[in-house]
Amino acid sequence: MAAKHVRLTFSPELIKAPLIYQMGHEFKVVTNIRMADVEQSVGWVVLELTGEADEIERSLTWVREHGVRVDDATLGDVVEG
Amino acid sequence: MSFDRALRCRECGREYPLNPIYSCEFCFGPLEVAYDYDGIRDAVTRETISRGPKTLWRYAEFLPCDPAYKVDIGTGYTPLIRADRLAKAVGLDTLWVKNDTVNPSWSFKDRVVSVAIARARQFGFTAMACASTGNLANSVAAHSAAAGMECFVFIPNDLEQGKVVGSAIYRPTLVMVEGSYDDVNRLCSELSAQYPWAFVNINVRPYYAEGSRTLGFEVAEQLGWRTPDHVVAPMASGSLFTKIWKGFQEFHKVGLIDEPHTRMSGAQALGCSPISTAYEARTLNFVPQKPNTIARSLAIGNPADGYYALKQMQETNGGAAMATDAEIVDGIKLLAETEGIFAETAGGVTVACLKKLVASGFIRRDEETVAFITGAGLKTLEAVVDEIEEPLRVPARTERFAEALAARQAALVGAAGGR
Repeated sequence: MAAKHVRLTFSPELIKAPLIYQMGHEFKVVTNIRMADVEQSVGWVVLELTGEADEIERSLTWVREHGVRVDDATLGDVVEG
Repeated sequence: MSFDRALRCRECGREYPLNPIYSCEFCFGPLEVAYDYDGIRDAVTRETISRGPKTLWRYAEFLPCDPAYKVDIGTGYTPLIRADRLAKAVGLDTLWVKNDTVNPSWSFKDRVVSVAIARARQFGFTAMACASTGNLANSVAAHSAAAGMECFVFIPNDLEQGKVVGSAIYRPTLVMVEGSYDDVNRLCSELSAQYPWAFVNINVRPYYAEGSRTLGFEVAEQLGWRTPDHVVAPMASGSLFTKIWKGFQEFHKVGLIDEPHTRMSGAQALGCSPISTAYEARTLNFVPQKPNTIARSLAIGNPADGYYALKQMQETNGGAAMATDAEIVDGIKLLAETEGIFAETAGGVTVACLKKLVASGFIRRDEETVAFITGAGLKTLEAVVDEIEEPLRVPARTERFAEALAARQAALVGAAGGR
């Protein structure tokens, strides 16, 4: 079993879509919301995902394909100037 | 002696022992070093600091590492220059430039890396690592070389030659990563979990980030133990911007200066402006961006300290601005032509944003302002190489020189008349 912490950023047109719920049904991953802030124009969710590493990656590819931005939850960008 | 006490979560306040960790196990919030300020207050005075070395180690009591492990290549205590000509050009009465281009690897990154490498040695690490588009890589490679440590530097494979050479000369293991900027980010996050190295802005990030506070300490000391009315500083991750303010606050906390009332304003490039864009939208929630700017040292699309930078603007009645690539180049040229300081693109961003903030009235003419110039221009020559005036080309004969000079002066008069 693996665990991954990601920050999902939703654009306005995606804010109403139940994508995290669908992730948990489409893939064998446990989704655990740890922090979130959703406004009218933007929303983000810090999510803990547990499951097999491959399955987590597949779920993240799926959510990316739906237009959600996926970033590391804690570090932000690692490449610095 | 160091007065670091614990690591504390910036979100929930939970404390952890001083280990190479960077995020809270409970809420994933970032960890920050907590200090024994009473101890610092008892240990330092203006006089003890003034007698210290002319480097950032004059503030050793404030740094989260044992100075016995320091790798001192002369970082810090850089000039604070009264910039009257630039002040006049942008419309201010009093402007200072904090010139951090003169650090050993020619950027402020030497401050953060000085602290990171000292703490890494104290932890017992024997290898340093980082992912960078230039300045950080140069500094980590230089400090590792001076310490005789192994060094692994990860860079995107499309970097300019100057930046590649600027790291390679110190002979680290230089890794050019194939793929996009996001791929490099992902790879290095994963590698940091697998290799027993001190990744400066990952597992020793809480310590590394503290080095930037020395910019705040120095400005306060150099102004005669006081803080300015306004600060304009560049923002990439937002860490530097928040740590300058933290430095001011800490000097007050230990009784070295009066309470700071500085307004803190940040500068970003339009092509990578998640923080400034959120400021304009009056929200603390930034939207990550894909960077597309010549200011690559500020090209952090998902800034770790973006939220805290925005909060700080709110708390200090500061603001933010953003500059186009053309404005960045103009900013570099303006700083060079008025103050004789050749800055890299991040400096152009700071000057361009300073100009905008003054022009809009956000910074009042009578506010004493400090602009932070964080890296040297020789690192980003390609940004300005096509923008400089053509030299006069003459045979080695006096009359031909006189003709060429007269022609150039006539052209300049014509250009001025045509405006």
